[in-house]
Amino acid sequence: MAEEKRSGDAFAQKIQSTARRQGVEIPPQLAREIAEKLAHVRATPAEVTKVIKAVAERFRRATVDAHESVGIVAAQSIGEPGTQMTLRTFHYAGVAEMNVTLGLPRLIELVDARRVPSTPMMTIYVERKLRTNREEVQKIALQIEVTTVPDVASIGTVVEDLKVVVSPQAALMQARGVRRADIERALAENLDDRYFKLSSGGGSGETRSFEVHPTETPPSRTKKDEPVEEMPFKKLLEASEEAKGIRIKGVTGIRRALIKKEKDEYVIYTEGSNLDGVLEIPGVDAARTTTNSVFEIHKVFGVEAARAALILEASRTLSEQGLGVDIRHLMLVSDVMTNEGDIRAIGRHGISGRKTSVLARAAFEITAAHLLRAAITGEVDELKGVAENIIVGQPITLGTGAVNLVYRPLARAAAPAPVPPTPAEKVAEA
Amino acid sequence: MAQGLSKRIKSLQFAFLSPDEIRRMSAIKIITADTYDDDGYPIEMGLMDLHLGVIEPNLRCRTCGGRVNECPGHFGIIELAMPVIHVGYAKEIKRLLQSTCRACGRRLPDAPPTRSDASADNDEAPVRPRETREERSCPQCHEVQQRIILDKPTTFRENGHKITPKEVRARLERIPDEDVRSLGLNPKFGRPEWMVLTVLPVPPVQVRPSITLESGERSEDDLTHKLVDVLRINQRLRENRDMGAPQLVVEDLWELLQYHVTTYFDNQTSGIPPARHRSGRPLKTLAQRLKGKDGRFRSNLSGKRVNFSARTVISPDPLLSINEVGIPVEVARALTVPLEVTLHNQEVAKELVKRGPSPGPAAEGGYQCGVNYLIREDGQRIKVMDKNAEACAELVTPGCVVERQLIDGDIVLFNRQPSLHRMSMMAHFVRILPHKTFRFNLCDCPPYNADFDGDEMNLHVLQSQEARAEAKVLMKVEEHILSPRYGGPIIGMLHDHITAAFLLTYQNPRFSRSEVTYLLSKLRYPVPPPAGQEKDGTPYWTGKQLFSLTLPSDLSVEFRSNIWNRCDCPPSSCKHDAFVIVEQGILKAGTIDAKAIAFQKGAILDAIARNNGMARARQFLDEMSRLSITAIGIKGLSTGIDDEDVPEDARREIDDALGKARVKVTELVEEYRKGELEQMPGRSLEETLEVMVRRELGKARDTAGDIAGRYLGLENPAVILAKSGARGSMLNLTQMAGAVGQQSVRGERLMRGYYNRTLPHFKRGDLGADARGFVSSSYKRGLSPTEYFFHSMGGREGLVDTAVRTSRSGYMQRRLINALEDLKVAEDGTVRNTAGTVIEYKYGEDGIDPARSFGGAPVPLEEIMAQVLGRRVKPVVDGRGEPVAGAPPVGEEEMDLLAEAQAEEEGEEEESEEFGAPEEGPGFEGE
Repeated sequence: MAEEKRSGDAFAQKIQSTARRQGVEIPPQLAREIAEKLAHVRATPAEVTKVIKAVAERFRRATVDAHESVGIVAAQSIGEPGTQMTLRTFHYAGVAEMNVTLGLPRLIELVDARRVPSTPMMTIYVERKLRTNREEVQKIALQIEVTTVPDVASIGTVVEDLKVVVSPQAALMQARGVRRADIERALAENLDDRYFKLSSGGGSGETRSFEVHPTETPPSRTKKDEPVEEMPFKKLLEASEEAKGIRIKGVTGIRRALIKKEKDEYVIYTEGSNLDGVLEIPGVDAARTTTNSVFEIHKVFGVEAARAALILEASRTLSEQGLGVDIRHLMLVSDVMTNEGDIRAIGRHGISGRKTSVLARAAFEITAAHLLRAAITGEVDELKGVAENIIVGQPITLGTGAVNLVYRPLARAAAPAPVPPTPAEKVAEA
Repeated sequence: MAQGLSKRIKSLQFAFLSPDEIRRMSAIKIITADTYDDDGYPIEMGLMDLHLGVIEPNLRCRTCGGRVNECPGHFGIIELAMPVIHVGYAKEIKRLLQSTCRACGRRLPDAPPTRSDASADNDEAPVRPRETREERSCPQCHEVQQRIILDKPTTFRENGHKITPKEVRARLERIPDEDVRSLGLNPKFGRPEWMVLTVLPVPPVQVRPSITLESGERSEDDLTHKLVDVLRINQRLRENRDMGAPQLVVEDLWELLQYHVTTYFDNQTSGIPPARHRSGRPLKTLAQRLKGKDGRFRSNLSGKRVNFSARTVISPDPLLSINEVGIPVEVARALTVPLEVTLHNQEVAKELVKRGPSPGPAAEGGYQCGVNYLIREDGQRIKVMDKNAEACAELVTPGCVVERQLIDGDIVLFNRQPSLHRMSMMAHFVRILPHKTFRFNLCDCPPYNADFDGDEMNLHVLQSQEARAEAKVLMKVEEHILSPRYGGPIIGMLHDHITAAFLLTYQNPRFSRSEVTYLLSKLRYPVPPPAGQEKDGTPYWTGKQLFSLTLPSDLSVEFRSNIWNRCDCPPSSCKHDAFVIVEQGILKAGTIDAKAIAFQKGAILDAIARNNGMARARQFLDEMSRLSITAIGIKGLSTGIDDEDVPEDARREIDDALGKARVKVTELVEEYRKGELEQMPGRSLEETLEVMVRRELGKARDTAGDIAGRYLGLENPAVILAKSGARGSMLNLTQMAGAVGQQSVRGERLMRGYYNRTLPHFKRGDLGADARGFVSSSYKRGLSPTEYFFHSMGGREGLVDTAVRTSRSGYMQRRLINALEDLKVAEDGTVRNTAGTVIEYKYGEDGIDPARSFGGAPVPLEEIMAQVLGRRVKPVVDGRGEPVAGAPPVGEEEMDLLAEAQAEEEGEEEESEEFGAPEEGPGFEGE
């Protein structure tokens, strides 16, 4: 199979180079597609060349013009369907049990480059060996999902004995794949033994309870200068709160992990996201596992991955709403956002705030501040952009405004012109 | 003179005005705090002094001698008795004071970092400069430094003691130029001490004109009011200071002066009360004039008002071409096009002028254009009137410009707000029509997002040859048939057109000679030979035949109709007529509906636009508009409330299904109460119940719909509308005939209202279907009072949603536009911003214009292959259009074939060895 693919690629490359000789650089993906299609129809050599020539010609006709204002077109193409999107925040995506922000709020969130999405979510794939085995996948899911003490045990307080009783529940423990030893370890590790004493309580076997005795009040908790005698029940409450917050296992930030069968493999969907942490878990397929948090992707995989993630998320959000938007527009927005190596928001604090032109910044938001600052530093506005030129009232530098046509008419006098006239001269703006 | 070359502002330099410069540019020193004397004449050295410019007729400027429209205005000056801080720079001053020695003015070594290139918005949340440590001393003069605090907005304190602006200014003066530079300021354009004001420029009167009310009362501009305050306090301060008044009094006045100067600049400075007008309205001072949506920048500089424009209500006219616009005579007479008179057209121009501004009907009847203005060579503008028309005509000589009224065929821009994309403003050709609305073809509704429920649109007449040329090439309606958003048609047929096309082609109806003659008279086509003869020998024509007349003769497409209902009959003989086959411009089979000609989908439309050009696509749309409107007039289609009638049996069946669902829900609730409901993983018990109930009721609604749908066939007009994709959906119909279904707010069943119940009609805690907003009635049958209420709850959410969404998405788009507006494809194919930074090496990774793409794909591969190879693409696709699995992979064989082919083709011209290894990189290889 691999060999077939390679030979296909070689064919595609030949197609590319043939097209190149027609003066057209066709992308490899298209070349591969052509290769595949040509192979399907078993074209003759002459036909192959003919097809490539036709493709090259059509391709040339479809290329963008120089000075095309692609930015504005992209912004319009994304902004205009915004009016048709739902505002309803939640929608079910993939799994019926999980809510994900979609529609306009999600799009705004992406464009804003929020550090944490309002509904972080991960799609975790499992390594090839394990992915078809429900049990194994479940095991990984349990390892990822955060389990706290109250998830597997009931916590009660006994006031007369001044103790907190943690009684593990067999059913819950089984569902979460937790053993009593795990709880014990978690309690022991997390309870500060200066203030709490841990001992075993009643019951037996796996469900034998734990008892937490508050010993003395932690000094840091009492206010300075007024050593108030703490009420014993207050300590008790503290102990119980402490116990409730203890994590037994799981990856920080992952509140829930669900398994869903997709085609012939099991996939884990999580509520909450922690790419870094999840990738550490053995058995997780690091190549396919992903999150909807662009910032995490940026942190773990770098800016190119973040760009791809932005494109993917935006295009998914739009197509989920049934709105067709060409991927090139989304690419441009993502490229602008990631152009300087980190993710910058579209708006005052991101790209718009860092424009070179004073007038363009002033026209967008916080007018006075930008103008005052410009005077201090003696800024110069080169009037290269669109907004600035509109403000001063001259043609913009995009499209037909980027180019001048100069016509030097013949001298009106009938005297023979000594120099042959230049009919037209294209002067591109510097 | 080289024509067409215009002056261009190359750059703008921002800088401070030095006190000297302010003095130099001022025409007069203002001393008096008054404006006009009792006779209404400006007081000398007052705020309306004639040296500052004139705003009243019959007066001359004392500085330049100009009259109202000649004098540009001149600045005046107020010498402040004591210096004051400029509010806008208070923070900057603080930074400078902190960073320099209080005695010698040299920069301190551990001064906070320079923020020369930090953007201004950081002012909101500054990275707080490390508070200067106490006991710091200057390395130059060993002066011990003190801690400086800015007491907002304009008071500086050093160790709790106030530093007067005078002292501040003195300190700033001490900073040497090289240290100023190292602190991020540019001394060439502004010394730091200029941030403390000693003189205040007084703007010309043109900037702050006073207005005369009807009562004859004068009302001064807010800025004038503020300047009056400044002058008054300034005067008092000077007097008191010179008289040697107590320190306390002087300081109070000084602070008051500071307050007035501060509010003169920005009346929304935090920390001080805004200065108010007598009526209590806060004054609009300098910063307020610039700021915000109605400020100078966004309202007057980024958007400008124009002449030669018109606005009125719009209405449809299917007989117009899509690139025309119908214009009322009244509008046409008011809008003009400049006509430059030359030797060649001067006679024509004279004739035009002779007609005057309101000529009668032309000889052959109808509108005739007149002339409103004549501009002579010296720029003098003469209004042409009926009375002086003859005389004006005599003045027409080459070099004049005649402002001619609109005529048919002029090109104009047509626009509807909100202008969300470039298709919101397109160029149309003028058609002057009677009546008072703008009219256009219905196909143009989608790009403008217009309807005719009272919408108004704007029209602009182009004034220069260059603009007209650009409009014709770039902005004509037909140039925008394919949207750059998704690379498909955004202009296409809708509603009645689609219904008509359906009626015309579905099961190929027959038309009589008189019908065909009538139909084709609208298209101005000759009647084709009949398709056949009825049994009685009368000739007939078929609908498909008539439709084919509008197609280009080389068009061949195949696709499935909108009405295709997953039947798998062979394409050429589909029982449902759902498989469209067009061969060489003849519709062989299939029904023409939304899939074929509608906007956003239209396969035929798409094919014509791409293969036959935009002009042909326009012709197709024009003809189809006429054909379909006429055809629907012949065939007729009406729908009414009884189209949703279902037989009694069906009604009973529906009620039955709904009843069952209701019982099921009650059972689920019961189970939930008893705690027997099986919890879904990761969901609470309540959520589980909700999910299951919703699922159950959703099913019930669908069942009801299906039952009703069984009785709604394609003979039903309402169903025709839905199935052909003209308007509405089957869901709408089943809601009318079957049951409306669950109402929801925020995606959940209704639950808010009274304590534990939605309405007092239900028991507390009732979780059943009816109590939580399930509407089991149909629209046809009518809703019960509670259902009606629930329905309006759902409806209200929709309304609120729309209102919120428009503002949110509007802001998002504004930001997007602002961030991306400067990007363009450079001549080398890269995408760059104004700074010249490369954003993309190749636009969209392949350099393809989405508007010229094929739904995103650079080339229509299959189509090309079908064209080049003929029949051969077919075999890989089965009857349903799905690719057949197991087609042969590409192998060595094909590669060899290709190599051979190339060798054959190029032969001796080029060495065939070069395309073994393709080069990397985005660069093009020239031939």
